[in-house]
Amino acid sequence: MTHERVAVVGIGQTKHKKRRDDLSIAGLVREAARRALDDARMTWSDIDAVVIGKAPDIFEGVMKPELYLSDALGGAGKPVFRVHTAGSVGGSTAVVASHLISSRVHRRVLAVAWEKQSEGNAQFGLGGGKSGSIGAGGAFAPWIRAYIRKSGAPEHIGWQVAVKDRQNALRNEYAHLQLKDISIDKVRESPMMWDPLHFLESCPSSDGAGAIVLTDEAGGDAAAADGRAPAWVLGTSMRSEPSSFNGRDPIRPQAGVDCAWDVYRQAGITDPRRQIDVAELYVPFSWYEPMWLEGHDIAPVGEGWKMVDRGETAFDGDFPVNPSGGVLSSNPIGASGMLRFLEAALQVRGTAGEHQVDGARVALAQAYGAAAQYFAMWAVGTDKP
Amino acid sequence: MTTRQKAGETRETAVRQDSDIAIVATAQLPAVRRQELTETEMLLMVVDEALGKVDLERSDIGFSCQGSCDYISGGTFSFVPNLDAMGAWPPIHESHVEMDGAWAMYEAWVRLRHGDIDIAVAMGSGKSSTGDPAAIYPLELDPYYLAPLGLDPVSLAALQARQLIESGKSTERELAEIAARSRRDAAGNPNQQVRAAEQDVDKLLAEGYLRNPLRKSDLPPISDGACAVVLVRGPRAAELTERPAWITGIDHRSEVHNPALRDLTDSASTRLAAARAGGVAGVEVAELMAPFTAQEVILRQSLGLADGVLINPSGGALTGNPLMATGLVRIADAAEAILADGRSRTLGHATSGPALQQNLVCVLEGDNR
Repeated sequence: MTHERVAVVGIGQTKHKKRRDDLSIAGLVREAARRALDDARMTWSDIDAVVIGKAPDIFEGVMKPELYLSDALGGAGKPVFRVHTAGSVGGSTAVVASHLISSRVHRRVLAVAWEKQSEGNAQFGLGGGKSGSIGAGGAFAPWIRAYIRKSGAPEHIGWQVAVKDRQNALRNEYAHLQLKDISIDKVRESPMMWDPLHFLESCPSSDGAGAIVLTDEAGGDAAAADGRAPAWVLGTSMRSEPSSFNGRDPIRPQAGVDCAWDVYRQAGITDPRRQIDVAELYVPFSWYEPMWLEGHDIAPVGEGWKMVDRGETAFDGDFPVNPSGGVLSSNPIGASGMLRFLEAALQVRGTAGEHQVDGARVALAQAYGAAAQYFAMWAVGTDKP
Repeated sequence: MTTRQKAGETRETAVRQDSDIAIVATAQLPAVRRQELTETEMLLMVVDEALGKVDLERSDIGFSCQGSCDYISGGTFSFVPNLDAMGAWPPIHESHVEMDGAWAMYEAWVRLRHGDIDIAVAMGSGKSSTGDPAAIYPLELDPYYLAPLGLDPVSLAALQARQLIESGKSTERELAEIAARSRRDAAGNPNQQVRAAEQDVDKLLAEGYLRNPLRKSDLPPISDGACAVVLVRGPRAAELTERPAWITGIDHRSEVHNPALRDLTDSASTRLAAARAGGVAGVEVAELMAPFTAQEVILRQSLGLADGVLINPSGGALTGNPLMATGLVRIADAAEAILADGRSRTLGHATSGPALQQNLVCVLEGDNR
């Protein structure tokens, strides 16, 4: 049984900000969803099913928010499905939505992911709601130190990524941080948060949502015929492994390697460094860029930092990473994965505006979660698979 | 009991397509007021048992999906350690929904239909004993207007029951009869928590109200529990068990959230989901997730179930209500009616949200021989 082809024909996101005081939670998701529907030239009644993703309910204090959000997302009379796979959830939401179409259960699906961090205390939430918490940076810093020791990377690599992503964000009107005067010196001199991570090497807390409209092959063809290029889904994958055990490699988690190669296989990618034109990787802390370049076999092990150092991942480099500004510039946690996935689709549709990478035909999006143990990815392309 | 086909044995079965998906095994822990096992341990047990029934190993599983709820577990990312129940090394294809395990099963069913894997496990788990459901459940309501009212599920169910009775669609006596029947059925089901409670309708009606018009017998117990089902695609299903419970239809639908904007005496979403799942004609057993007596009436009437249909022969959610697993237990019991009891067509139902906001219907069939 071959599965149905899946196309992204609508994309929307909110302006990501520290606080969206102007909107309720429902208003936030509706802003992104409306933009995606408008982009798809659809109305609420065109949508067969809604898939909602977000990180822990305890962040905002709303349990099972899909129930409350059913009204805002036109959910009455439809299947409304809620995914939660930690930080990878925004990606998983897109993957589950794509499966609803590839399996021929539905033809037009709206996927929405969000977080309104200003309505709660994410630091408290990340600590399991039980303590002050060491925070995500505290959890990841030891692995980043291990990566630096193992690879011999110089310390300026992290600063370079931080500057690059913030400069990219200046091209993206939706990005939260707009740091016009960002520089290597500023990053280096910003307060040390979790050694070796400085304040400016860390993601912000944001309010925001992302949404995509996915259709079957006929829907993708119709959009193409109408002059609105769809992003064809070339491959999707989700993988999980335990958070810790003797022998686990948290620098290059096997779940991430397997997830990437599952997508590469489906997309016919044998040489990711050459065959992928642009990548949106989940980089909440600067050093995760070189780590994921190696973790997904885009760079050889120990050499991800060299790609960064040579400027290859810069906006005008030959392997641009995070042209949107990435998680380092906008981090509504539950939506962060979705933003990677929708940016990849924007790029291959040629509709990324100021942050459009020339000639992007194949794009990879990745999201990870919890103790770098949950992975969701997809590859999208200009050509029908 | 399910039996595994012996090598070389042949058997007549209906023609099933490669794309058809069946439940081949289920397992559940008895619903209890307080389970000493952790949620991970509970899941480990039901996964072991379900896989054991069809001689499968964890390495045979192509996809697994869990349903649980952080708020009920009392901590963020509470589902992460539950990975150990599947043994996530080497890394596994896996997902998690913050919904009842019935929706985890729905995702697993969708994943199987994608066509590249043959076997999936869906799970649901929850421990209410570690928290206070009456304090937690108001948080699933609209956070700006409804949650601050502190409306607990019992109060909402009472509003719903009051409307049902005043609209003439039911009576307090009928609700008591449902409680009595559920308790009689539960007495013979070791998985149910309430097994030795009063079963005389007149005595139940003589008891005082907890929330008018609901008495204690109209309410579910507070339970801990877990459930797992094994789903298999196409011909593999018939190899693994004598009489697979084929999923001939599964669908779920939401409604408007605000209970004031719905007719609480009807469940339009259940009716729609059932129609999309192939309809209720010929259904012999319906396992409806009705934690409150009045909800059984609403579901039965909304579905238009015939008089002869056996409703909740397990005792239902009214006598065992392990949150986040209750819906999957209903489907598992509906599947066992085929797997173990030889029924031909059954229905499992799950609900989520205030006053039956969101509903899932799964129609199952056994091959006639």
